[in-house]
Amino acid sequence: MSNRSDRLWMYGTMVKSRHFEALIKPAYFEGKTPVFNMAKGPLPGEMHLSDGQEPCAVGVCAHLRPGDTVTATHRPHHVAIAKGVNLDAMAAEIFGKATGLSGGRGGHMHLFDAHVNFACSGIIAQGLGPAVGAALASKLRGEDHVAVAFLGEGAANQGAFHEALNLASVWKVPVLFVIEDNAYGISVAKRDCTAVARNADRAAAYAMPGHFIPGNDPDAVYAVAGEAIARARRGEGPSLIEIETCRLEGHFMGDAEAYRPAGEVERLKAADPIPAYRDRLLADGFDAADLDKAETDARAAVDAAFAAARAAAYPQPEEAFDHVFA
Amino acid sequence: MSSPETITAPRPARRLTIARAISEAIGQEMERDPAVLVMGEDIGKLGGVFGTTTGLLEKFGAERVRDTPISETAFIGAAVGLAASGMRPIAELMFVDFFGVCMDAIYNLAAKQSYFSGGQVTCPMVLMTSVGGGYGDAGQHSQTLYATFGHLPGLKVVIPSNAHDAKGLMLAAIRDPNPVIFMYHKALQGMGWLGTVQRSITDAPEGDYVVPLGKAAIAREGSDITLVGLGLSVHHALDAAARLEKQGHSAEVIDLRSIAPLDRETVRASVRKTGRLLAVDDDYMSYGVGAEIIASVCEAGIPLRAAPRRIAHPDIPVPFTPVMEHFVLPDADKIAAAALTILEP
Repeated sequence: MSNRSDRLWMYGTMVKSRHFEALIKPAYFEGKTPVFNMAKGPLPGEMHLSDGQEPCAVGVCAHLRPGDTVTATHRPHHVAIAKGVNLDAMAAEIFGKATGLSGGRGGHMHLFDAHVNFACSGIIAQGLGPAVGAALASKLRGEDHVAVAFLGEGAANQGAFHEALNLASVWKVPVLFVIEDNAYGISVAKRDCTAVARNADRAAAYAMPGHFIPGNDPDAVYAVAGEAIARARRGEGPSLIEIETCRLEGHFMGDAEAYRPAGEVERLKAADPIPAYRDRLLADGFDAADLDKAETDARAAVDAAFAAARAAAYPQPEEAFDHVFA
Repeated sequence: MSSPETITAPRPARRLTIARAISEAIGQEMERDPAVLVMGEDIGKLGGVFGTTTGLLEKFGAERVRDTPISETAFIGAAVGLAASGMRPIAELMFVDFFGVCMDAIYNLAAKQSYFSGGQVTCPMVLMTSVGGGYGDAGQHSQTLYATFGHLPGLKVVIPSNAHDAKGLMLAAIRDPNPVIFMYHKALQGMGWLGTVQRSITDAPEGDYVVPLGKAAIAREGSDITLVGLGLSVHHALDAAARLEKQGHSAEVIDLRSIAPLDRETVRASVRKTGRLLAVDDDYMSYGVGAEIIASVCEAGIPLRAAPRRIAHPDIPVPFTPVMEHFVLPDADKIAAAALTILEP
């Protein structure tokens, strides 16, 4: 069982992540009604929300330090927030402002925060190779930093997944591969495109431990990830973790989700992991006032980040030419 | 391009192949900087299929000289992660024709790491690879693809024509904070099993020196026409220039040495002098280096005495049979003939 402060942190961080997405929703549709046009409004482009997947991020990142590396996917907000990416700069980046993480060059799928060694990429399975590299750097320098690559279950059918797992195992580097199985690659269901029922079984092909975690449960993720990360820090090599999670929103905002069976979203929302976790913490003797305060603090931090992001200036257009090269 | 006459050090001249020059540069930089490591296919015990890592495993051990599985996406992606973590990886991928499987790691990760991080995270890595045909290896082992990589923002692209430059360019490439694609031409590499243009085997200082990236060299001075090349085509251009001289024409030959950054100013200064331009490379013609060179001169409004021309590989796959391959590859005869149409229209 997780220790008390980590569980409180996981709860507050899940609330923070969910509130971040909650503020994106109305902002995203500003300028996009009555006719939806992705190019319009303060948040142009694709937007991939992480509602429902928060347990994956907090259960793993609770064990990480700033010196550990995390690579995430096109759906990165929950992981970035759990890794401690600067919330103000992250919000500003998504609004395309000068105060953003990259000054507006990357946007929501390309968030980098060097202070906490976080990066993400919009290309499926392309965070795995860099995570192996970061883990090798740690090993070569004799440090005990680990690297974690988050990926979706669809990415487990990508060649990059298999190459990276093999290389990580051959080199015995301190890296974790964390599959967030939300059951869909856009519209294609995992069961229709994956030869194995459980991607964790694929770990056997690369001589590493594979763990399947059902239930979208932060405590369960915390327990398994804690052991896998400790193992990596001891120099015993990589692990694969498959987490059964869910996507409460569409693949991207504006997704009509006609591919979902009737009633699926309602059923998933009824099992929302955040209120369920609050109930469990209360049942385990946590004080409601402490949980309320964690919620209030989390929401206040996000509110402040969004207010600052909206108020911030846009970069000068000519700054597009900066940072192409170091 | 340097010739033995320009080396003034009081020591016997060495005769270095480009392969030896590259492995010497990497070894010296590994001694100087513990963050440097090499990885790729057959770069350990074999010392690189093209001799670029000869002796490094014995000297530095398997931690810093890492044979990889045939998993280009993984190990080039790993190089990006190593670079982001403060290491200076050198990755070799044998043939540029093999880059298809790992383009994401190159043009979506490495090339954009600085930009998408707003300069927070750099990507100091070298990706070295062989290019070029002329020896009957057909179209999946003979391409050059200079322009393909020169076209992608965030990448530097280097192509040496001789051993002196290869060593200095490699030292500069490893120290550069950006991803550098280092392309060595098989016809210049100095492998015993592959013919080598002898002029590419040169002297080079034993110690530390850099040839800056983005600075072209005047390989031969002349006044009537500017021949612009890179890698192997520099040698074809020099051979053509020697023939043109016998016909009373003075050709200047420019060795670009890198195409990203591209030293447009050296080309423009030469054409301002000669008023005539012929660009030569062995990549596919359309949208290529020659087009970029001609555009750079024309956009600068430099008056020309005749229409500029380019010679390149035509827009077809590289064919196998020598009668076809040599028919389509640029050579000194084709350059001299094209130059005469410019000089004597």
